[in-house]
Amino acid sequence: MTDLTRLSAATLSTLLTDGAVSAVEATRAHLDRISDVDTDLHAFLHVSGPAALATAARIDAQRAAGDTLGPLAGVPIAIKDVLATHDMPTTAGSKILEGWVPPYDATVVARLRAAGLVPLGKTNMDEFAMGSSTEHSAYGPTRNPWDRDRIPGGSGGGSAAAVSAFEAPLALGSDTGGSIRQPAAVTGSVGVKPTYGGVSRYGAVALASSLDQVGPVSRTVYDAALLHDVIGGHDPLDSTSLTDSWPSMAAAARAGLADGALKGVRVGVIKELSGTGFQAGVTQRFTETLALLAAAGAEIVEVSAPNFEYAVAAYYLILPAEASSNLARFDSVRFGIRVNPNEGSLTSERVMAATREAGFGPEVKRRIILGTYALSTGYYDAYYGSAQKVRTLIQRDFDAAFAQVDVLVSPSAPTTAFKFGEKLEDPMAMYLNDVTTIPANLAGVPGMSLPIGLAPEDGLPVGLQIMAPAKADARLYTVGSAIEQLLEAGWGHTMLDQAPELTLATSTKGAL
Amino acid sequence: MSEITAEQVAHLASLARIDLSPEEITNLTHDLGQIVDSVAKVSQVATDEIPATSHPLPLTNVFRPDVVVASLTVEQALSGAPDRDGDKFRVPAILDGE
Repeated sequence: MTDLTRLSAATLSTLLTDGAVSAVEATRAHLDRISDVDTDLHAFLHVSGPAALATAARIDAQRAAGDTLGPLAGVPIAIKDVLATHDMPTTAGSKILEGWVPPYDATVVARLRAAGLVPLGKTNMDEFAMGSSTEHSAYGPTRNPWDRDRIPGGSGGGSAAAVSAFEAPLALGSDTGGSIRQPAAVTGSVGVKPTYGGVSRYGAVALASSLDQVGPVSRTVYDAALLHDVIGGHDPLDSTSLTDSWPSMAAAARAGLADGALKGVRVGVIKELSGTGFQAGVTQRFTETLALLAAAGAEIVEVSAPNFEYAVAAYYLILPAEASSNLARFDSVRFGIRVNPNEGSLTSERVMAATREAGFGPEVKRRIILGTYALSTGYYDAYYGSAQKVRTLIQRDFDAAFAQVDVLVSPSAPTTAFKFGEKLEDPMAMYLNDVTTIPANLAGVPGMSLPIGLAPEDGLPVGLQIMAPAKADARLYTVGSAIEQLLEAGWGHTMLDQAPELTLATSTKGAL
Repeated sequence: MSEITAEQVAHLASLARIDLSPEEITNLTHDLGQIVDSVAKVSQVATDEIPATSHPLPLTNVFRPDVVVASLTVEQALSGAPDRDGDKFRVPAILDGE
């Protein structure tokens, strides 16, 4: 029998609809795969085996009864631990929320349940989504399925590793400065940050509210589109949710498969996001992809975004400022742990300070202190105020660029996956890793990362980032699936077919 | 080099309500100095005539009808609390009792 874990969500959906495979079989196959590989990879913080099988059985019963089901009904999915789930712990990778089970579901979780998807569990992440490697998870890092000594990206390294290690065909992520796109790039998978406000954030543990966006993680562009269609659209529970009606992203992805889909498409190459600081193999695969696009009839144009140079600096003022405010809610009163100080009187204030000392990891403390500094009287104008002005300049750069081109492209990350520990002691080196992805968050525009090959020097995946104007998410899917089709035709296989086989655990099989 | 001192970091930590060990204060003083030096470049281009952007796609007047909708029960709202007293959150003393 076919290995169900190797199928795309779209193929699995067809088999489920035809009755060739049951949701229970599909779910069981993925739970077995998790048993086999996740002890080593640690993509999951929590696996909900019995509940997943019960959900799958219900979908099978509904299908047998002739109910109308959505296209992804019965397809398993992994959920980043930043999203509230009423039946699974939600820790956001932090000790301060250890064991917390929220009393409600995030809107995106409620939507995927309503669409019949089967939640398998919660995926690992840097604590409160602060990081680019999962090394800042309070529960230990996730390994990269391509090389277990390397990072899977972050903050959503767990979701990216889960899909690229065939533990789930789909996952949810969140992207504040690249936390969906950079993990996709370094694991050879696909990730999309939708337009700001395009997907509800109700029930997402807030990091930086003017930047956060929830989005799909998958192995193919089409699968991401199918999931985007399930989770997207207006949500009255999120006051920043856009009220626009959205076209079908799946239809947009299918449009990209047509002959000549790239003909006449104006593709802007951002001068400032190439060259110095980019690994040779990353640049090589990026340049080859541009040639492929040109051969398919796209018009390649170099564009300049002079203020992108200031994006990382602006981001690391705006993000900590917003995070220091958002994380004030962890006060040891309504949820999370409570720790009493070792000495002195027990006042709320002192208990709060002792709880936050014990519950927050070093990166969270670093960013809260930095944010508190940036918002202090006397520094506010010079730092936070200036960063907000840079944000205007970056939006203007995007406006000018999109006046000339339909989409913008860059490598998704400056390098392939780096080794554990390589950047852990140097915060600025870690922050600079986000240079390619941060501008889209500052401007609110949508971005996608998809795999474009392996860097010759280390054999590790390289990602292409595509960005479109705000609300033109559909364009990412059309162009993305066109490029994916061209690349796979050239390779003769998918990107993840090349990933190394993982060592299987023998003793834990069936333990879930 | 920006002049971030250990005293400043200790003060910021007290504002942010995080007890820090002396070792953490030393490390953060170093890190913060380095990070602030790197991010200070924003002021190079942030001239007076450029307006600030706080929100990428701003919405205004996001209202909903003033009607009661489903919300958490008291039991649900208290379900994650570290301590409770009946239907209320129980907290340590708000003021230092002298």
